[in-house]
Amino acid sequence: MRLLVKGGRVVDPANDLDKVLDILVEDDKIVETGQNIYAEDCIIIEAHGKLVCPGFIDLHTHLREPGFEYKEDIYSGTRAAAAGGFTTVCCMPNTDPVADNKTVISFIKEQARVKGVVNVLPVGAISKKQEGQELSPIAELFQAGCVALSDDGRPVRRADLMRYAMEYAKMFDLPIFSHCEDRDLSGDGQVHEGFYSTYYGLKGIPAAAEEVMVARDIILSQLTGAKVHICHVSTRGSVELIRRAKEEGVNVTAEVTPHHLVLTDEVIGSYDADTKVNPPLRSREHVEALLKGLNEGVIDCIATDHAPHEREAKDCEYNMAAFGISGLETAIPVSMKLVHEGKLSLKRWVEAYTVKPASILNIDRGSLTPGGKADITIIDPELIKTVEVEKFYSRGWNTPFKGMKFKGWPFMTIVNGKIVFEDGEIKV
Amino acid sequence: MKWEQRKDLLGLKDLSREEIELVLDTAVPMKDILKRDIKKVPTLRGKAMVTVFYENSTRTRTSFELAGKYLSADTVNLGVSTSSVQKGESLKDTIRTLEMMGFDLMVIRHSMSGTPHYVARNTKMRVINAGDGVNEHPTQALLDMYTIREKKKTLEGLKVAIVGDILHSRVARSNIYGLTKFGCEVRVVGPSTLIPPEVEKLGVKSYYSLEEALKGVDVINVLRIQRERQQKGLFPSLDEYASLYMLQPEHLKLAREDVLVLHPGPMNRGIEISSAIADGNHAVIEEQVTNGVAVRMAILYLMMGGAKDEIAG
Repeated sequence: MRLLVKGGRVVDPANDLDKVLDILVEDDKIVETGQNIYAEDCIIIEAHGKLVCPGFIDLHTHLREPGFEYKEDIYSGTRAAAAGGFTTVCCMPNTDPVADNKTVISFIKEQARVKGVVNVLPVGAISKKQEGQELSPIAELFQAGCVALSDDGRPVRRADLMRYAMEYAKMFDLPIFSHCEDRDLSGDGQVHEGFYSTYYGLKGIPAAAEEVMVARDIILSQLTGAKVHICHVSTRGSVELIRRAKEEGVNVTAEVTPHHLVLTDEVIGSYDADTKVNPPLRSREHVEALLKGLNEGVIDCIATDHAPHEREAKDCEYNMAAFGISGLETAIPVSMKLVHEGKLSLKRWVEAYTVKPASILNIDRGSLTPGGKADITIIDPELIKTVEVEKFYSRGWNTPFKGMKFKGWPFMTIVNGKIVFEDGEIKV
Repeated sequence: MKWEQRKDLLGLKDLSREEIELVLDTAVPMKDILKRDIKKVPTLRGKAMVTVFYENSTRTRTSFELAGKYLSADTVNLGVSTSSVQKGESLKDTIRTLEMMGFDLMVIRHSMSGTPHYVARNTKMRVINAGDGVNEHPTQALLDMYTIREKKKTLEGLKVAIVGDILHSRVARSNIYGLTKFGCEVRVVGPSTLIPPEVEKLGVKSYYSLEEALKGVDVINVLRIQRERQQKGLFPSLDEYASLYMLQPEHLKLAREDVLVLHPGPMNRGIEISSAIADGNHAVIEEQVTNGVAVRMAILYLMMGGAKDEIAG
């Protein structure tokens, strides 16, 4: 089967491209990019006025399967991804059972093959059951197809274990995705520690809870030479630590979520638990530092930390509510706001979702280079729409963006040469 | 000034100075009712209110209940420890159930900040916050302000020191939000670990030294210190706390001669306050309790819509 994407503005930072071009896809590959391509027997995709980008890659997704299918599963989660313009997602291992062995990884991959609609790349656990005591069978996880290791949600407390994980992972060139949080410092905190935690009487989580762990993991990366990727960076101090580490040549990369880029902790005043997320929404100075860090490339990519929850986990007392935001279906419109406002260049924005995450994973995706896999995200940059959770493909309706209007939404998602999402609807 | 537009009383940060004045003014005739031989008026006959306390309380719950009864409202106390909450019923379902029984107003106390706000969003009943986590305790601050105003004739320009665990105190927060609206100079004082971050942005001055903080003040509001804070490592020992922050007779010499000493209770005598002060002639702690009933009567009256002339006479 052949697809011809015609007349769109092709933004492909990997190839330093930003111009109106056609793209010809045959089967699962891109065969040609150029002006006025003529081809017979193909489906024509009219893309005038649209942005045609390499398929967006999310390094940080919770698909919840196995174990938490009432929150999300691979069926709903990959549809949410496609509807959100993502062609590849990395799913975190904090499932039940934990993805700490080849059986669970094989299960996830099989489910993704059978009922998924985007590429699913599993992340394996660093420690057995994510308990932070013994290393997972890392070689086994690597052979089963894991692309990274993480104890996301249950950060590795012991510095010695983290050190061994890094050293061991290095043998397989597997990056460590580190959720940096000192649980002693964050304690039972609910929101960012600062003026608003004082004003609204909610227990604070200091920026330092993240920063001390960022510092530790950078130092351990320096010691071991392992690839360390800092998940969901949320503080100015973390940005500065990462900046300095990069200047010194440490093998460190970082991601930031759309919600940390556009929301401040001021929104907690509603006591709406959809504003509760870990790391917490921070104050303006942190938000500004994150944007600056993203602009300057200190933060490499944008990742959703898609954390869907069932209704009851959020429709309750603030302290009782689960942490997390369902992010796949709002990532593009929410973060594109920054592009529309002139705070982030279009090129940098696309890069942060495509070539950068691809290079962290060391996978051959994230570009529109002919010969490569045909993962393509087409965006309507002018479409204005309200976030309607009732229309989500995700089971998680937990988003602080509900009811808000945004400009710039996914128009079409093509995965391995197949149209999986078009104009608001999943096509498979 | 009308109260009707405001469905709930969740905190003083949301109230205007005029609304606070309305409550305090309405409490004056209520206090007169308390002094009568027959302490009952028919104002809220036919109205029903329920108190739901997820945390222990002696004075707040009892005074709400009594305030309702003095105004002839039907008052019910939901014993949380004997209710369906123990069977795992969600808060939302509990609220709905109460609403369907026909209550007009619910008084809620909860250990988690923001819970009354969540409740208020999910019910047509009027909701009064009787203390939520470390956020607010608006009726306590209103009765504190009533007590101060009654003694000092005005709140305007007074210097008020709030002493102790500011970080975990909903009483402190509500007092700060209320008093600053009247141009008071509010000072908070306590160990550095119990002063919340960026507290000065609330319009207060913060101190670590009790002696410094008390210089020239008109009012000292002493907070209860909870023992579990020490176990969490926030300060070394209750003895050390007492040596630095227990209010003692010599401290009063630093303040104005007619200084008032308030305490929301229950007191830890010999820890945050010495008995000599608690029982001394500057203390208005017992009057606070009486005023608490009057202020809560005023709030119930305003919120459940009695007619103004019914209490005036």
